Amino acid sequence: MSLALDLFTIVAVTLGAIFFLAGTVGLLRFPDTLTRLHALTKADNLGLGLVVLGLLPQATAPLGWIGLIAVWLLALLSGATVGQLLAEAVRPPEWDQTRTPDAPPDVHPNAPEASSHD
Amino acid sequence: MTAFLLGAAAFILGTVALGLVRILRGPGNADRMLAAQLLGTGGVAALLLLGVATGVGAVSEVGLLLALLAAFGSVAFVTGAGRASDASATDSGTQGAARSEPE
Repeated sequence: MSLALDLFTIVAVTLGAIFFLAGTVGLLRFPDTLTRLHALTKADNLGLGLVVLGLLPQATAPLGWIGLIAVWLLALLSGATVGQLLAEAVRPPEWDQTRTPDAPPDVHPNAPEASSHD
Repeated sequence: MTAFLLGAAAFILGTVALGLVRILRGPGNADRMLAAQLLGTGGVAALLLLGVATGVGAVSEVGLLLALLAAFGSVAFVTGAGRASDASATDSGTQGAARSEPE
């Protein structure tokens, strides 16, 4: 039983370390601030969750479990909040007019140049 | 098991140190703030691994504090960037640097 728990710890912590490596590679290699934010906030929080999950069998008391899960929940909450705030801060201002570069521009229903009488 | 946990902590610290290259290059201040955020998350993971490997429970509390400080740092950056854009410092301010095109 202890061997199975140790094996579970090794697998989960290794997966978490791989996700941390993926987050670092994304931060270094992605071309844009928003894509870097996407790589960082998702991959690192998943890696931290896997590390916490792997450490749970090694923590002794239920107090240790509560501490580990509390750290992970706080990191999730702060990561989600900071991701939204940073994305709002680096958002290009021209995205306020058009949703995507490929989509047709938004036409106001009351605009005089509505293309119905052409 | 202790050696494996210590090795995993060292590996995660290595990836975090590799991610700090983004502070050197990285065209905007927001990218540098992302590297600081990586330092927060990866530091928390390394501290948790160290705390379980060495049996010192107080290291987990240090990880809790580091997560809190990383969140506060990013919130302070965002509020400071908004204030800089209100002062219309578009060329050298944080907003203009953050919106500049990457290489």
